Amino acid sequence: MAFVPLTSDERQSMLQEIGVADVADLFADVPAHVRFPQLDVPSPLTEIETVRKMTELAEQNRHVGQLACFIGAGAYNHYVPSVVGHMMGRSEFYTSYTPYQPEMAQGTLQYMFEFQSLVCDLLEMDVANGSVYDGPSAAAEGVLMALRITRRDRVVLAGSVHPEYRAVVASYLDGRGIDLATSDVGLDGQGLRVRSPAELVDERTACCVVQQPDFFGTVHDLDDLSRRCREAGALLIVAVAEPASLGMLKPPGSWGADIAVGEGQGLGLPLNFGGPYVGLMACKQEHLRHLPGRIVGATNDHDGRRGFVLTLQAREQHIRREKATSNICTSQTLLALGVTVYLATLGPEGLRQVAGLSHKNARAARDAIGKLPGYDILSDGPFFNEFTVRCPMDGPAMRAALLERSILGGYPLARDYPGLDDALVFCCTERTTAAEIEQLVTALGEIGAAQWSSRSSPS
Amino acid sequence: MDPTDRRYTKEHEWVKIEQELALIGITDFAQDQLGDVVYVELPNVGDRVEMMKPFGVIESVKTASDLYAPVSGEVIEVNRSLVDEPQVVNDAPYERGWLIKVKPDDAAQVEELMTAEQYAENVGES
Amino acid sequence: MVEPLLSELSRAGRVGQRFAAPEGCLDATGDLPAGLLRDTLPLPELGELDVVRHFTHLSTMNHSIDAGFYPLGSCTMKYNPKVNEDVARLPGFAQLHPYQPDESVQGALQVMAELGDLLAAITGFEAVTLQPAAGAQAELCGMLLIRAFHRARGDKRRTKVLIPDSAHGTNPATAAMCGYSTVSIPTDRRGNVDLARLRDEADDETVGLMLTNPNTLGLFEQEIFEVAETIHKAGGLVYGDGANLNAIIGAVKPGQLGFDVLHINTHKTFSTPHGGGGPGCGPVVARDFLEPFLPRPVVARRPTGELFLDWDRPQSIGELKGFWGHFGVMARALTYLALQGDQGIRDISGAAVLNANYLRARLADVYDIPFDRTCMHEFVASGRRQRQHGVRTLDIAKRLIDFDIHPPTVYFPLIVEEAIMIEPTEAENKDTLDRFADVMLQIAREAEEAPEMIRAAPHARTVGRLDEVAAARKPMLRWPRSDGEHLEARA
Repeated sequence: MAFVPLTSDERQSMLQEIGVADVADLFADVPAHVRFPQLDVPSPLTEIETVRKMTELAEQNRHVGQLACFIGAGAYNHYVPSVVGHMMGRSEFYTSYTPYQPEMAQGTLQYMFEFQSLVCDLLEMDVANGSVYDGPSAAAEGVLMALRITRRDRVVLAGSVHPEYRAVVASYLDGRGIDLATSDVGLDGQGLRVRSPAELVDERTACCVVQQPDFFGTVHDLDDLSRRCREAGALLIVAVAEPASLGMLKPPGSWGADIAVGEGQGLGLPLNFGGPYVGLMACKQEHLRHLPGRIVGATNDHDGRRGFVLTLQAREQHIRREKATSNICTSQTLLALGVTVYLATLGPEGLRQVAGLSHKNARAARDAIGKLPGYDILSDGPFFNEFTVRCPMDGPAMRAALLERSILGGYPLARDYPGLDDALVFCCTERTTAAEIEQLVTALGEIGAAQWSSRSSPS
Repeated sequence: MDPTDRRYTKEHEWVKIEQELALIGITDFAQDQLGDVVYVELPNVGDRVEMMKPFGVIESVKTASDLYAPVSGEVIEVNRSLVDEPQVVNDAPYERGWLIKVKPDDAAQVEELMTAEQYAENVGES
Repeated sequence: MVEPLLSELSRAGRVGQRFAAPEGCLDATGDLPAGLLRDTLPLPELGELDVVRHFTHLSTMNHSIDAGFYPLGSCTMKYNPKVNEDVARLPGFAQLHPYQPDESVQGALQVMAELGDLLAAITGFEAVTLQPAAGAQAELCGMLLIRAFHRARGDKRRTKVLIPDSAHGTNPATAAMCGYSTVSIPTDRRGNVDLARLRDEADDETVGLMLTNPNTLGLFEQEIFEVAETIHKAGGLVYGDGANLNAIIGAVKPGQLGFDVLHINTHKTFSTPHGGGGPGCGPVVARDFLEPFLPRPVVARRPTGELFLDWDRPQSIGELKGFWGHFGVMARALTYLALQGDQGIRDISGAAVLNANYLRARLADVYDIPFDRTCMHEFVASGRRQRQHGVRTLDIAKRLIDFDIHPPTVYFPLIVEEAIMIEPTEAENKDTLDRFADVMLQIAREAEEAPEMIRAAPHARTVGRLDEVAAARKPMLRWPRSDGEHLEARA
C-alpha cells in the first residue's frame, strides 16, 4: 500500500516553506558517515502479496478450531461470543490512545470505569485499576505493592502457583535484596503433595501469593492461610489464572485477600498464541494509593453532567518519575473492553453456565481417564476444570503422540517440576464436546496400551 | 509577607516552635504553586523524621511533591482533618492547614533555617 | 447526552447469551463443597442488543485516528492499515494456544523470527527479544540486560543511572524498579545533553545512560558519539529509548550511534493500533554481547531448519511476562513491514520529518519555539506568548477539541514552559497539516481577542471540562455495589 500520501508537488511546496532543497537536508544533524545506510530489508510487497504471505504462514499452524484442545495452564479455550470481536473491532476504540483529553475520550473512560467495577464485583474487592499487562505481571506488581505497603523484605510463593507467574515475580524482584521463599511441591504415595505456604509466612513476610484454583487444578480452602497471614501482618495475594472459575468459585475477597490479581484472557479474549491478554488487579480500599496503573474515576463537568477522568495520577511515572508506584504506562485497554463486553453479554446466568459446563466436562474427562490402566489422577481433591494426570510415558512424548491424533494434550510438567516428567495437566471448557472427550480417552487408552506392549515385549 | 513567628526551608516548609514542640506546614507560596491539593500522605505518630529528609508527600492533580522535615525528631501528632479535607492546606496553610507536630531532638536546629524576610527574598529570586 | 452505565441498564432476568438450556447446568457444581462456592455473582444483566447499542454509543464519544487528526507528540499516532487487522484475526494466528507443541506452530514461530530479524536489521543490532509487553516493560528488560552484563563481569559497584532532564517519566521509574538511583543530566542551550555535566557524572559507579534520540524536544543529539563514548569510557552501557524511532528508521541505525540496547514501540513505529492505551508491544534489540542475557524463551532454529522455543538459557534475566509476548501485535507489525519494504521504511522517516518541519515553519511566527532548529519527527512549541493574554496551554489544547483535532501533548517535556509537543506523523497529507496550522493560528488570534471564550473551551462536546480535583479528592472508582452501599474510596 502507499502509506505516505504526499504528492511530489506537495513535498516541493513544503520544502520551500521550510527553506531547504531536499528532504535529506533535514537529516543534517545525523553524522554523515552513518546517514542513510544500506538496509537489509526486502522490497515492498503489494497488499495482495502481503495477505498471501501472511496467510501461508498462518496455514502452517494447526489451530484449536482444527484440533481437540485439552490445554489450559493459564490460557483457556473458552468461546468468544461474536459480539465481543465486533465491539473491539470498532476503530473509534482501537485507533484512539490513552484518554489524556477526557472531553474527547468519554467512550474509553466510561468502559474503563465499567471494567474496574466488573473486576471489583467478580473478585469481590474494593478497588481495581484499568488493567495491567497480563496475569503474571499482575502478580509481580501485586508483590511490589505489598513490599511498599509493609516495608518488609520477604515474599512467600506457593509452589503450586503457575511457573510463569513465579518466574515473572522472580525477575521483577531480582536485585532488590528480597528473600523469596517457595513452598514445596512433590509426590508421595497418594499423589501430588502441595505443602501449604502458611508455614513459611513469618513476621518478616510482606505477602504470600497463592493461586486459586492452583496450577494443578485443585481448589483450596484458604481460610487457614488467610488467618496465618493476618496474624503475621503479611498481605494475602490471591491469583486467578482461570477467570471463568469465578462464575462458580468463592472469589479472592471472600477468602480475605488484600490484593487480588488475575488473567482476564478467559473472559472473552482469543488465545492469540499467548497475547495480548489482560491483567486484572484489585485491592482493599486502604491500599488504593499503592495500586499501580491507570485508574479512572467518575466526576462532573461544570454543568453537573457526569463524566469520567484518569485520576490519582500522582502515583504514576509521568508525574512521580523515580518515585512512582511502577514504571507501567499503558494498560491493556482494548482487551479490557473485550472483557467488559463479554461480562455484560453473559451476565451472571451466562458466566455461571460457562463455569458449570467447563466443570462438568472436566469431571467427565477426569472420571474416564482415571479408569484407564496406566493413568493416575495426581490432583486429588476438589477441582474446577483442570486436573493432573500421570501418564505411562513422559509428558512431551505423550503430547506428540496425541497431536498425531489431532489432539492438543495437556500441559507437560516436565520442565517446571522435576519428578513429574510423566505428568500432564488437562483442561476442559464449555467448548469441549462429549465426542472430543471420547476421542481423548480412546487415544490415551491406545497410546497407553501400545506403550505397555512395547515395554513388556522382549526387545 | 509570611508570618515572622516561624522559620522557613528552601523546600517551602515552615516550622513554628510552640511549647517545645515543632509545628510544621507548607508555605502560602508552595500551596499556590501546587494548585488544588488533593491528597496529603503523612507519617504515623511515633515515626521519626530527619531534618531536610522527606517525611511525606503532597499531591495536586498534576504534581506530587515530597515534604521535607525542617527539624529532626519524633512525630507527636498529625493533622487528621486533611484526610477528608485536603483543601484546608490551600485555604489556611499557616493555621488549620498544618501537617505534623514533632518533638524536636534539638529545637535550636531551626535557627539554621530562613527567617520570613530571607524566605521572601529566596522566593523572589526563584 | 450521558450514556447510562451497564449497571443502570441492567434488568433482573435479562440474558445476553446462553450456553445451554438452563436445565443443562443443573448439576453444574458437582461435588464441590459449598464452602468453596461463591454466594452471589453481581454482574449486570442485559440483552445482546442492549450491549451493542451501549458500546456503539460509547464509541461515538471517542476521538480516534480514523476520525481525525491526532498530533499527540511522542505517541506517533499514525494510521493503522486495515489489512493488519485482517491478518491478526486469521484463525491460524488468533486461535493458537501458547503451549501447543512447537511442531504445530511453525508458522507463528516464523512470524516471530522474521519480525525479530527485520527489527535487528533496521536498527543495526544482533540480538532481539519480542517478549516485553510494552515500552515501559521493554525499558525494564533493557536495564535488566545491562545489570546482567555488569554482574557477569563481577562489577557490583555500579548503582547510578544517568538520565537527561528531558526524558520520559518511565526512564527514572524503570531505573528505580531495578533498585538504582538516578542522576538527572541537564539539557544545554541547543537542546542536547549537556556533555560537560555528563562527563562530570560518568564514573565507575555508573550503570549507564538512558537516552532518547531524537530526544523529547524532537531534536537529534548532535554530539551522540561523544555522549556514548563518555559512558563507555566510564564502563557503563548506553540504553536507547526508542520512543522516537519513527524519526530515524531508514535514515540511521541506532546500533551505529553507540547504543548498546534499544527498545522499540511497535504501536508507534510499526503501525499497530494504540487500542485506547494498550496493548503495546516492546521488542528489545541489543548488541551481541548482551544476547546470552535475553529473556527466556527465545525463538531458535534447529540444524534441521525447524523453529523452537529455547528455554535452555542459563544466563537469562528470566521472564518478564507470561508466554512469548503480544503475538497478535507482532503479526500486525510484520504485515506493515512487509508492505513497506526497504523503500517504504525510508519514506516513513523522511515524510515524518518533512511534515513536522513544515508545521514548525508554519507556526514559528506566532508560537514560541524554544529550541528552534531543524526538528525530527516532532517539535516542541510553547504557549508562553499566549499566556500573556491569560490563556494557558491547557486552554489552547481544549480549544482544538472544538475543531475535532486531538490536542498535542501538553506540559511535556517538563523543561519547556507551557509546552506544546506536536507530532503529525508521515500518514497525514498536506491539506490536513494546513488545516491544523490554520486552526492554531486562529486560536493564537483568539487568545488576544477573546481569551474568555478559549478558557471555556471545549464548547460542543458530550461533556465540558471535568472536575479533576473533585475526582482525585473523593475518588469514585466503581459503580455502586449491588448491596446498595455507595463506595467512596478514600485511602
